[in-house]
Amino acid sequence: MNLIKFLDEFTTDKLQEPMTSRRAMFGQLGSLTKKAAIAAVPFGLATMSNKAMAQSGSSVVDVLNLALTLEYLEDEFYAMALDSGVLSSNAKAEAIYMQISKHESQHVDFLTAAIEGAGATPVAKPSFDFTVGGAFDPFNENGAGQATAYAQLLALAQAFEDTGVRAYKGQAANLMGSPGVLTAALQIHSVEARHASEVRRLRGLEGWITGSQRGAGMPEATQAVYDGATTEANIMQGGLDVTSLGSGSPFTVDASTQAYDEILTGDEAVAIASLFIVS
Amino acid sequence: MKKKKSIEVTTQTVGRNRRNFLKVSGLAIAGSGLLLASCSDDDDNGNMLGGTFDLGTGDVGVLNYAYALEQLEAAFYTNVVNGSFYASASADEKAILLDLYNHEVNHREFFKAAIGANVPMEQQLTADLEFDFSSVDFSDRDSVLGTARVLEDTGVSAYNGAGQYIQTAAYLTLAGKIVSVEARHAAAIRTIINGSADYTAFAGDDIIDDNGLDLAASPADVISAAGGFFVTPFTYKNPQA
Repeated sequence: MNLIKFLDEFTTDKLQEPMTSRRAMFGQLGSLTKKAAIAAVPFGLATMSNKAMAQSGSSVVDVLNLALTLEYLEDEFYAMALDSGVLSSNAKAEAIYMQISKHESQHVDFLTAAIEGAGATPVAKPSFDFTVGGAFDPFNENGAGQATAYAQLLALAQAFEDTGVRAYKGQAANLMGSPGVLTAALQIHSVEARHASEVRRLRGLEGWITGSQRGAGMPEATQAVYDGATTEANIMQGGLDVTSLGSGSPFTVDASTQAYDEILTGDEAVAIASLFIVS
Repeated sequence: MKKKKSIEVTTQTVGRNRRNFLKVSGLAIAGSGLLLASCSDDDDNGNMLGGTFDLGTGDVGVLNYAYALEQLEAAFYTNVVNGSFYASASADEKAILLDLYNHEVNHREFFKAAIGANVPMEQQLTADLEFDFSSVDFSDRDSVLGTARVLEDTGVSAYNGAGQYIQTAAYLTLAGKIVSVEARHAAAIRTIINGSADYTAFAGDDIIDDNGLDLAASPADVISAAGGFFVTPFTYKNPQA
């Protein structure tokens, strides 16, 4: 659906309630997705509580701006990766990165429109340094060589995607007052998980995370992606130790940690992203 | 004693109409996969709509819904790892399918325990849903992988579409923890199926829209997509609390 056309709908008589605030559009984001099979959130639905609108409007914007920051990071990274030529030796890697890059760019546009549609200001795009002050040379600009740069490009992509999954997951509960926004966030979250799975498998790892293992070839600095207050090694779900729910291969610690991804808090996600932000 | 009735199958009712509907009067029949096997037999069940178990609303509805879908996936992969395609599959494919089996069984038992601990007994979905996989050839790679893809993509769409009905933050977080793993599964199955013919299949244009958003389906649409596998009938008429 064309976003501008959709937002225009808020100026028509079709609405059951007058939109006193453009923030009210937030609840309607469920309609934005062309292929979503969900019914559009009916305007005026009782679940769009006034309380949620009034007090969590800024909180929802905060969530979206955090998401936008992460998407800016990924978008820039993938664009630079494709420009660098480091992937040109591997058709599969290049095709994967092109698809991911397309999505991250779409996410930037979507989140920007959502924030603006709510009458708020999208956070400015930060300046990024994916070399982390020279520690890495993923674009082969400083003599690392094709092979090393390629390995770093893939390692960084894995770190970014697994971070994105955990970060979106950590914010979902903050969106409970806005069903349309929540649904859209979940729909981005699962795309990041598909990305993560594929990048991991491209690197020769499993698509899922075992324990809090960052996996072979991942620099130690990326361990933060798999740690946090709740690490990826967590086996307690809803107060239940899932290794105790049965016997056999589904209940080993490995399988039990693979079966669930864990959240990163907003602060933890910002700390990881900040490693790559210079201003 | 079973009562045979001819019931009109509506689009909202999941499950083949081969099973007999039982009234809530508490008839207990040993050994068969009944809707309410775990319930006490003297309650007037508020969830019964004309004899068919309804998943409920709000958190209860979503927990039961997730449990139904995880039972489906677990049952499918149980058949897979016991089937002849699996027996002769490559080491890589075997490893992935075994992992999927492990994860879905774990998820299923998690929901069983979570529902048992948090949902009033008369509102708990049975642990013994019956399935019909006669449309799947477990000796055939294409059939197995194609069905796996449908189930994983449908699982993603179901969790994404149901999140809005969850009322307790902790349950939403739990659903989030599972849906991303289902998406990892879906991506892996899709690349196994497509290989070098389409490197974008993990998150292909067939499912990711122009905003970069994944599937999100209403429970009605999910049940429509997956309903052919369910034998035990149930409804999910009012997800919204």
